[in-house]
Amino acid sequence: MITLQHMLTLSGILFALSIAGIFLNRKNVILLLMCIELMLLAVNFSFVSFSRFLGDLDGQVFVFFVLTVAAAESAIGLAILVVLFRERRSINVEDLDTLKG
Amino acid sequence: MTPTLSIASLAPALPEIYLAAAICLVLLVDVFAGAAARRVTPTLTLLVIGVGAALTLQYAQVEKAMTLFSGMYVADPLATLLKLLTMLFVAIALLYSRHFLETRGLLKGEYYVLALTAMLGIFVIVSAGSLLTLYIGIELLSLSLYALVAFDRDSGVAAESAMKYFVLGAIASGCLLYGMSLVYGLTGTLLLNEIATALQGPPSLGLIMGVVFLVVGVAFKFGGVPFHMWVPDVYHGAPTSVTLLVATAPKIASFALAFRLLAEGLGNTADTWIQMVTIVAVLSALLGNVIAVAQTNLKRMLAYSAIGNVGFILFGFVAGTEQGYEASLYYTVVYVLMALGAFGAMLLASARGFEADEIEHYKGLHARDPFLALILMALMFSFAGVPPLVGFWAKLQIFQALWESGHLALVVFAAAVSVIGLFYYLRIVKTLYFDSPGDLPVPERHGAVRLALGLNALAVVLLGLFPQTLIELCVQALG
Repeated sequence: MITLQHMLTLSGILFALSIAGIFLNRKNVILLLMCIELMLLAVNFSFVSFSRFLGDLDGQVFVFFVLTVAAAESAIGLAILVVLFRERRSINVEDLDTLKG
Repeated sequence: MTPTLSIASLAPALPEIYLAAAICLVLLVDVFAGAAARRVTPTLTLLVIGVGAALTLQYAQVEKAMTLFSGMYVADPLATLLKLLTMLFVAIALLYSRHFLETRGLLKGEYYVLALTAMLGIFVIVSAGSLLTLYIGIELLSLSLYALVAFDRDSGVAAESAMKYFVLGAIASGCLLYGMSLVYGLTGTLLLNEIATALQGPPSLGLIMGVVFLVVGVAFKFGGVPFHMWVPDVYHGAPTSVTLLVATAPKIASFALAFRLLAEGLGNTADTWIQMVTIVAVLSALLGNVIAVAQTNLKRMLAYSAIGNVGFILFGFVAGTEQGYEASLYYTVVYVLMALGAFGAMLLASARGFEADEIEHYKGLHARDPFLALILMALMFSFAGVPPLVGFWAKLQIFQALWESGHLALVVFAAAVSVIGLFYYLRIVKTLYFDSPGDLPVPERHGAVRLALGLNALAVVLLGLFPQTLIELCVQALG
């Protein structure tokens, strides 16, 4: 029997993986974008499981919006990446160091 | 709920409906105007904002709070006030940036369309009645801003700062969403007012986790320490006209986000978030003001000053009283007004092939351009909180709210960091008036911008001499 707890644990693990991926990744920016995508999917999973166990459709409607926005978000992220690559000839995270926050 | 939908009942949502239609219009006109677009689009955009403000004043005013679209959309006096202010601030920002964009070959329709979509995002946040509308508004605002920061395609620094902004902003949205999903799971509803009624009694562990994620998201969007890493880089890397847009109107959105989500939605379980917000506020006020002292670049200095001011805005939420939120709102509006003037003056001081963004570029500005130096001096004094300028009243309101809610230690702390702030703002004034100008260029005329900037600085002085009007407005909006 799969309970809400199992699903939330999975969603939590996915979310933690994506955060870890963002902060541990020192290779390239594409991986960052993939981690961001994974993060949103983890959230979607959590929304769907709550929606299923609450018997309330709102959560699943929310997921549609998140999916759409995620698509727009990756489009903008990749566009910025293209500009960045044209200027720097590199998509290495370590090369993003001109500005020191 | 039976859906009774008539055209007249949509009137409170007119600002958003109108703006969405107007954005399409501006986009089409810009494409079809061809070579004339460079002249038409900026003027048309200002016209669109002006008509929007008139429509909002005429048709969208509401006496007391009401909801539309099954509670997803809230129309209340606060929303109307914030929308009008947003339109005013965005219009001023666009007015200031035109000549800057022109001299750099950046005067394109996209800039104006993106500024308008960002404004629509702010509207949606301001009127959000559910987690879903809040999220859509945040994303509409953020995505427009990411694109705006990367707008100068020939600048590697801008692309780099846009990338950092994008990644950190996406993490923030992710955290916010995860928090939203937990709150949804625990309350079974997305509507903020239903969440408020559902969340009574002692908080569960799951709720605390959800609130942690929500506060992290809000702090990211505000640019509060320890989630402030993007602020200096974005302010520094983006073209100054974009910095002007990022630094001003979105602060209103951040205030609205915090107010709708924390004060309204989670108001009954305030204990869960006040502690965290206190930590963020104290760290922001401290680090923002301390690190600003060490900056040699004016844009970075103003970025850290923004972080410090975010700390003060959050102090109003720490107070957690009606008076605290009023002080917060007032502080936000005043801060945005001053930031507009400061970045507007930077735009005016820049010339073709010369970016006036280092502090040393302002040496002896008094000798080169007394008017601009005077404006900058007024703004710096106001930022520093010197009476009788408006910045003083903003700080005073926050101090009073903290005092009356019994946070004595925080009042002392806030006063102490204000003194640190005094140092680096006055250093700018010293650079303006007492350093020798060398062979730095004389700023160009640009009569209309000068006039607007003069009015902006005059507003800072007059609102300081007669503070009651704006304070009353804020009190009425929240009352």
